Amino acid sequence: MTLAASHKIVITFSIGPQRLAIPATDLREIIDPLPTTRVPGAGDFAPWVVNVRGAVLPLGDLRLPLGINDPNPAERPEDARRFLVLEAVIGGEPTTVAVMADIVHEVATIPSKSIEPLPATSMWPSEFVEGLFKGPEGEFVLIPDLSAIFTAMAQRAAVA
Amino acid sequence: MSDDLIAVFQEELVELLESLERGLVDLQESPEDAGLINQVFRDLHTVKGSGAMFGFTDLAAFIHDFETAFEKVRAGAVPVTPELVRLGLAARDQIPGLVNGDADPDGDRVAILNALRDLTSGGGVAAADIDDEIEAEAVTSNAPATLRFKLSEDALALGARPDILLSELKDLGATQIVADLSDIPALDDLNADQCYVAWQMQLPAGVAEGDVEDVFMFADADWTLTATEVNEVVERDEIDDLLSEAPALDTPAPQQQAPSDKAPAATEPAASIRVPAARLDALMDSVGELVTVEARLTELARHSRDPALLSTAEEVTRLAARLRDATMTMRMVPMRTLVSRFRRLILGLSSDLGKPVEFVVDGEDTELDKTVIEKLADPLVHILRNAIDHGMEDPAARAQTDKDHVGRIELSATHVGGEVHIVVRDDGRGMSADKIRAKAIERGLITSEAQLTAGQVFALVLEPGFSTAETITELSGRGVGMDVVRRTIEGLRGVIEIDSKLGQGTTVTLRLPLTLAIIDGLLIEIADERYTLPMSSVKEIFELPLDKRIASRNGDYLDIRGQFVPFVRLRHLFDCEGEPPTEQNVVVVESGDARMGIVVDRIIGTNQTVIKQVSKLQQGARAISGATILGDGTVSLIVDVAQLLAMSGPLIEPKKEVAA
Repeated sequence: MTLAASHKIVITFSIGPQRLAIPATDLREIIDPLPTTRVPGAGDFAPWVVNVRGAVLPLGDLRLPLGINDPNPAERPEDARRFLVLEAVIGGEPTTVAVMADIVHEVATIPSKSIEPLPATSMWPSEFVEGLFKGPEGEFVLIPDLSAIFTAMAQRAAVA
Repeated sequence: MSDDLIAVFQEELVELLESLERGLVDLQESPEDAGLINQVFRDLHTVKGSGAMFGFTDLAAFIHDFETAFEKVRAGAVPVTPELVRLGLAARDQIPGLVNGDADPDGDRVAILNALRDLTSGGGVAAADIDDEIEAEAVTSNAPATLRFKLSEDALALGARPDILLSELKDLGATQIVADLSDIPALDDLNADQCYVAWQMQLPAGVAEGDVEDVFMFADADWTLTATEVNEVVERDEIDDLLSEAPALDTPAPQQQAPSDKAPAATEPAASIRVPAARLDALMDSVGELVTVEARLTELARHSRDPALLSTAEEVTRLAARLRDATMTMRMVPMRTLVSRFRRLILGLSSDLGKPVEFVVDGEDTELDKTVIEKLADPLVHILRNAIDHGMEDPAARAQTDKDHVGRIELSATHVGGEVHIVVRDDGRGMSADKIRAKAIERGLITSEAQLTAGQVFALVLEPGFSTAETITELSGRGVGMDVVRRTIEGLRGVIEIDSKLGQGTTVTLRLPLTLAIIDGLLIEIADERYTLPMSSVKEIFELPLDKRIASRNGDYLDIRGQFVPFVRLRHLFDCEGEPPTEQNVVVVESGDARMGIVVDRIIGTNQTVIKQVSKLQQGARAISGATILGDGTVSLIVDVAQLLAMSGPLIEPKKEVAA
């Protein structure tokens, strides 16, 4: 993803205590949680499938690839949960996937120059994070590299 | 017409015939006598006219032709010869028979008329003298004409017979005779002696105005003959009527078609239409969605218990199934579309490699889903190439065997249950299981301790990067090998099996599903999760015996009618939590030669299953070939029976020991 443009429109959401942002162009829709179907042996990255208007989509969990640890999952309000339907490129092919979010915050326009690369020493896996910026409350907002995450998932799935 | 009148006619006829005979005999003596010629002509004309009037149409027609010949004599175009007189007398002798209605079994009359015509037509040299009527005939003979006639007011009273006129016109070839009743007055004004009906008809090309004139010779009628384009006059439905009435018109048509193998295709060009494949795909997608929605509707109807809704849902189910079947049939394409390509390939390779090969194809008419056929082309090309390039011995090597010097490669396609089996068999050198095994160990694909069946050993050539060819040729053995083939076949939910006997040849079997889009599924439940089994692989279902509830340490087997069948517990396989219910069911599935039982909590029922691919993210899923959407909108995974059997391979192995 190029950060050339002066501003970026992103969707911000949270998984556990971590705030994340994805480019609005990657987002297809935000939907209420749907009944999920467990896929035995599919691994922890995308352990379920959901029916999004007739299409069977894998439902991903970004906690594992991004190393997000939620000490108090019970605190997350049930009715704030959403599924984000995203377009990502997996192994060169455009693919639609859904990911879970505990809460979706807002559509934000951020100056491109406020996005910084991941510090060399950080708790986040650098291969899955494109950059981060400082949110309104001073916390770090991660921009995950969805294509890298999903491609890695697919490779792990193929090996499994 | 009364018998009296006929008696009068016959008396008159005797006189006329005597006059005719005399005239002809005299003509032989003095052929130049125009008076005699005219007398003969007049006699003939009178016999014809009277005959027609009294209903002797055969006689009238016969004399008409007789008269035509003598018209030329009268015009001076044809000289009177002894032969002409002889024929004239012979013709005259036929007239009593015609009047009596005698049959003409030997065709004498026709022979006489033909001879007369031949004799007189040669005299056309005197073109300048040709009679007006003959000229008119030449002009009008090319175009079909429309004839309208209406008898004059007193014609009926004078003895005119419209039925005879019509039958004479019919003899001239008149068709589509239509009566015009528009002039018939009200009953009070009707004069019973007057004919108010007018007639219109089509006369074929070749009918001269003179011919028509002859018909109306003794009837006082207004008639018009106009040469017209048939198309302008004849309306479409009239032609249809005509065709249905006159099937004889149709019969020459088939003779025009050259008898050939292509004939059936040529005769029904309108029976098939070409449709862009994309439209069929779009139709299939819509049908797929319809089936899903139909499942939801059925579910809702069942919950509502509303009889009207239930019956409507049932109807929709039936229609959706019919639509599904029709759509799938539409997408079916015979193998033949691929085979011609293969023939050329084999021919080319055979001459390039100097290995004479006979290519035998069986089951070209076997149909497969269009998508399957398209995707099958490349793998089959690869397999066929292998068969001739690696499989076939060189002619020199082959000469040392007792095999025919021409190699044989067979391609066959057959329907087996819900699958299509495509088999490529060659009678080449075959593969050595030991060699493959050694190579696989060398490449680290298997350990030297691995216990493999023959089938499993041969399956090793499908592994990526495995190639047994010692020399890499132009055509095959460059690494892009059988692993690509396997991936394609598996992508089609198919299975590839290899069998080989050293020195005798190799057989590659592709087992493919009939269709990719929709299957009949058996919905089952384990631990509140619902899965779908492809109905085509389900053989039987029964209750799990209570003594088998607890997993056995020696592996689980069922005794099904004396046969030991291993079974797996889907709960274990899919890592389900909780305790199984007291009563469980076993679904016996079959794939290829292997058979096994699958223990499930509960059977829910059968449903039409629209197959959705699972994403690459979930390729690691165990024994899952796809997903489908159930009536309540949730997703059910489709169990891959073949993979399940493969996974349980070690379980199947001891079966033989138990059975032995």
